[in-house]
Amino acid sequence: MFGLAKVGSLVALAITILPSLLYLTGTIPHDAAKWCTFIGTLLWFIVTPLWMGRELPVDAAEVEI
Amino acid sequence: MASQNDVTGPEPDQQATGEFEREPVPEKALLGPGKFWGMYAGEHAAGTEFMIGPLFLAAGASLQDLILGLLLGNALAVLTWRYLVTPIAVAKRMTLYYQLERIAGGGLVKFYNFVNGILFCFLAGAMVTVSASAVGIPFNIFYEVPEATFGFGAPSFTFLVIIVGTVMAIVAAAGYEMVARVANIAAPWMICIFAACGIVSLAQMEVTSFAVLTEGQFWSDAIDFVQEKEGEKKFTFGQIVIFAWLCNGAMHFGMADLSIFRFARKPSSGWAPAIGMFLGHYMAWIAAALMLAAQIKLSQDHSANPGALAWGALGWTGIICVVIAGWTTANPTIYRAGLAFQGMIPKAPRATMTLVAGAVATLAGAFPNLSAQLLGFVGTYGTVLGPMGAVIVVDYYLMKRMGLNEDYALKSGSPINVAVLIAWLLPVCVGLYLIFQKDLFAAYAVIPAWLACGVIYLLISKVTQKPLTTS
Repeated sequence: MFGLAKVGSLVALAITILPSLLYLTGTIPHDAAKWCTFIGTLLWFIVTPLWMGRELPVDAAEVEI
Repeated sequence: MASQNDVTGPEPDQQATGEFEREPVPEKALLGPGKFWGMYAGEHAAGTEFMIGPLFLAAGASLQDLILGLLLGNALAVLTWRYLVTPIAVAKRMTLYYQLERIAGGGLVKFYNFVNGILFCFLAGAMVTVSASAVGIPFNIFYEVPEATFGFGAPSFTFLVIIVGTVMAIVAAAGYEMVARVANIAAPWMICIFAACGIVSLAQMEVTSFAVLTEGQFWSDAIDFVQEKEGEKKFTFGQIVIFAWLCNGAMHFGMADLSIFRFARKPSSGWAPAIGMFLGHYMAWIAAALMLAAQIKLSQDHSANPGALAWGALGWTGIICVVIAGWTTANPTIYRAGLAFQGMIPKAPRATMTLVAGAVATLAGAFPNLSAQLLGFVGTYGTVLGPMGAVIVVDYYLMKRMGLNEDYALKSGSPINVAVLIAWLLPVCVGLYLIFQKDLFAAYAVIPAWLACGVIYLLISKVTQKPLTTS
């Protein structure tokens, strides 16, 4: 289950960034790139909490800029 | 002998991490390098990047200077973490605050913490502005920078800042864990979004070949446009290098990241900030600057409004990213400021002090010009807090060699080590004078203040340290 979720997250990240490259190459229009990225974002936030985020890193309360 | 139980900061049950705040980290709690690489990967693609990146272009930095200057500056930052912070962190395994308490005294650490808290409030305020700028986009409420430093923006934006800041303060008062979990999850996605924003911006400017990219006309045109409107400015290669190096001056020169690297099994974990620097303070800064360049080309608007920039690049995804980025940076900042204020008034509940910190941050966020001066603020932040790191370095490497006592406040039972007090305040005051009265680029003051603090601490210690009786 976790393995599948991790694959889902990777797919989500790919959907997040690939559309911008396709837009750069003129393959898809800007609006399509925006909506694909949005879908990738939704997928990421649905799938990723299934396997990430339970344990906080030691610096969770530290401020980094 | 100073009591080990002196409360100089939060009560044990209210401490930020709840682990080994007042003792060296034991062997069983040490972490391998992978943990640190993972931590730093997500930490530096944050809300500040949406503000800082465009400010480089607005300040007149050339594309070539930016690409090379950020490379060099970030490399120097990594070397500072690796060779200044981690050796001491691994040797002592204590938090910055506990080490300082032993050297400088509990009273002085409280004051240092309080100053830290005030600065954190201004940083959080900038992040409130960042998030509010995104929240306002669907409602046509825009962030515009007034002339006066302490001038409010449009009433609608000010109202929005108050709402966003209030919500952030309430969430921070509840603790840092929930937002930290969101930050953890959002980090890899946020890095991709920054990259996507940069790529989309290049496409919007029709920079679709390497030749056009290297020619850099799109960048020069953007700078020319800004300078036509705002007057001629130049951000030099040296300023870029120094800014990139010392942007996190409080964390490396200032030794704040002792609190992180005290968990490192080996000093080589000190290379981990490299991933944060090159994803966040290189890629994300350049991507954010490209967004402004694209906005200038498409709509002849040079306002560095993070929400509008992200909306123009990626629509709703960009808005979500700016909100999350601003929030996940503001939350630990307001939380830490609340802890710092509580350190001054130990009987006050942490939640109350966090709300106070949130209120100060919200007020700071209501002045858009403060956020617009983030480049200068970050340098000032490093100048004020960074020099204390010199005290730690001198205490660790030189005190014994010079026949002096390390951890003098602990050994002598003093609440304030006067040598540290003078060594810290004197260079800081000179630095602030030069920054605010003589228009010195703030980041230039960090290293001289740090060096001066170290030297002054050593010299005054030579004069003021009394021989300690041993039983």
